[in-house]
Amino acid sequence: MSAPAMPEKVAGIMPVKFEKFGLRHYLICLKGVVLRECLRFLHQRERFISSLVRPLIWLFIFAAGFRQVLGVSIIPPYKTYVLYEVYITPGLCGMILLFSGMQSSLSMVYDREMGNMRTLLVSPFPRWFLLVSKMLAGVSVSIAQVYAFLIVAWFWGVKAPPIGYLMVLPALFLSGMMLCALGMLLSSMIKQLENFAGIMNFVIFPGYFASPALYPLWRIQEASPLLYKICLANPFTYAVELIRFAFYGQIDWLSLGVVAGCTVLFLAAAIIAYDPSRGLMTRKQDTGGNA
Amino acid sequence: MHRRACALAILATGFMAGPASAYMAYVSNEKDNTMSVVDTTTMQVVKTVNVGQRPRGITISHDGKHIYLCASDDDSIEVIDTASLEIVDTLPSGPDPELFVLSPDGKTLYVANEDDNLVTVIDIEGKKVLAEIPVGVEPEGMGVSPDGKTMVNTSETTNMAHFIDTSTHEITDNVLVDARPRFVEFTPDGKQAWVSAEIGGTVSVIDNQTREVIRKITFEISGLRAESIQPVGVRITADGKKAYVALGPANRVAVINTQTYEVEKYVLVGQRVWQLAFTPDQKTIISTNGVSNDITFIDVATDEPVQSVTVGALPWGVVVSPN
Repeated sequence: MSAPAMPEKVAGIMPVKFEKFGLRHYLICLKGVVLRECLRFLHQRERFISSLVRPLIWLFIFAAGFRQVLGVSIIPPYKTYVLYEVYITPGLCGMILLFSGMQSSLSMVYDREMGNMRTLLVSPFPRWFLLVSKMLAGVSVSIAQVYAFLIVAWFWGVKAPPIGYLMVLPALFLSGMMLCALGMLLSSMIKQLENFAGIMNFVIFPGYFASPALYPLWRIQEASPLLYKICLANPFTYAVELIRFAFYGQIDWLSLGVVAGCTVLFLAAAIIAYDPSRGLMTRKQDTGGNA
Repeated sequence: MHRRACALAILATGFMAGPASAYMAYVSNEKDNTMSVVDTTTMQVVKTVNVGQRPRGITISHDGKHIYLCASDDDSIEVIDTASLEIVDTLPSGPDPELFVLSPDGKTLYVANEDDNLVTVIDIEGKKVLAEIPVGVEPEGMGVSPDGKTMVNTSETTNMAHFIDTSTHEITDNVLVDARPRFVEFTPDGKQAWVSAEIGGTVSVIDNQTREVIRKITFEISGLRAESIQPVGVRITADGKKAYVALGPANRVAVINTQTYEVEKYVLVGQRVWQLAFTPDQKTIISTNGVSNDITFIDVATDEPVQSVTVGALPWGVVVSPN
């Protein structure tokens, strides 16, 4: 019965006429969001250094220790024996994207607590566009981090074929989008900044370790068939493999399909979650940190 | 018109040259008594041939028509036709032939008989033994100078390189090297003989004039124990600039600058890398990796491993067809 009354009610509350935005307006908005993220990243030099130090520690120390244990096996896309540091480099690229994606979700929670998010969300642009802009901003920053890492790795002797550095860009972008979308979805569920530790425990660590980032899946299968199945159910597994194959100029279609599918799924879920009329945001209003 | 004809001619020769570069690599598999035939262009095994027991040393005639293979446990050398890939003949070799070398004129084989401390000289055409030269204990490595005048044998237990005059079949010099010398390779100018020592972990560079060790090359790989670095096969590029040394259980092939005697790079290959062979165009060097049952193609220009290909069990030696 109340349903027919709705339009009147809405019209009563919002008499504003929606202006039709052109592409230019969208681009200005996108630029604003991306620039803000980049500036924030550049100004936080510690964050840049720490994002670089984390994978480098794995590369310099962990890989050196495990070189003899895991150094020899030929699995696609490799055609010959590779050193362990060569094997984990795509995984470490994935790690940068994973941490970065979660960091952008952290920044969403932070923005919400600080009230910045209201500024963003009251913008007349559609909600999905704002979220995608935010994700693009996060992904651009994380791709810059990956390339910085790859430059250092190159001097460490971890070299992919030159074309691989170009081919890996779309793979990094798509994987980054997937992880950012996941982060975005998670951020809609986190009430307070302090809860971010939960993300660390429940998303980053399992996601990272239950994947072929550090050890080939056949080794995991040898150790535990159950763990192998968990790895296969982990979207991060496919992100790592997509990046790994791209490094050698190849496309792993299964990984591409899974990563693309998960990106769409997570993105759609995040958009729904951030939609005030349907999503989780409404339910949180009374418990929100900035209330 | 004329120019076009020229261009066509160049194109045509280009196409004709194309298939000629498809060399075949022949790999002796010590454990399963087979020889793998590998196309070096597609890097795929095209055929596996059953041969005598415990095939080890392998070489090919200069015209590429016959492969000579040491069937160690059959105490003979098998002659395999490269066209039919069938054993067409056997040569008398003395007991337990392990490694041999073909004289530059292609007429004589010098064979190391591991068990009875002899080097056997075989006339290929006459299929007869020309001479038996007593050398040190456990002869193994065999090398011949490019002019064919000097032949070198190493004895694994005596730890010596024996320089033998090929006209008199007499030992002229004995040079002490490090423990368990495995392989001899002459530089293309014939001025030096490089001898690898498996247990000693070194490569001794011997001056062919003075017959003295002028340099000892050592190897060091971070994260590997010195004992696991065991130099075996040695190959030097035709221009004499680079030497490749297979380092056994170190799973690496060392690339050495022959001017400075410094190791420039260690190339990761399969497990227990044993012998090496260049393709005739010198663009690729192939290593046999015994324990991992594969061979690795290494690009000579970049010294990067390109691809590893599974062959038979315990690949030992490798030779590439000259055409």
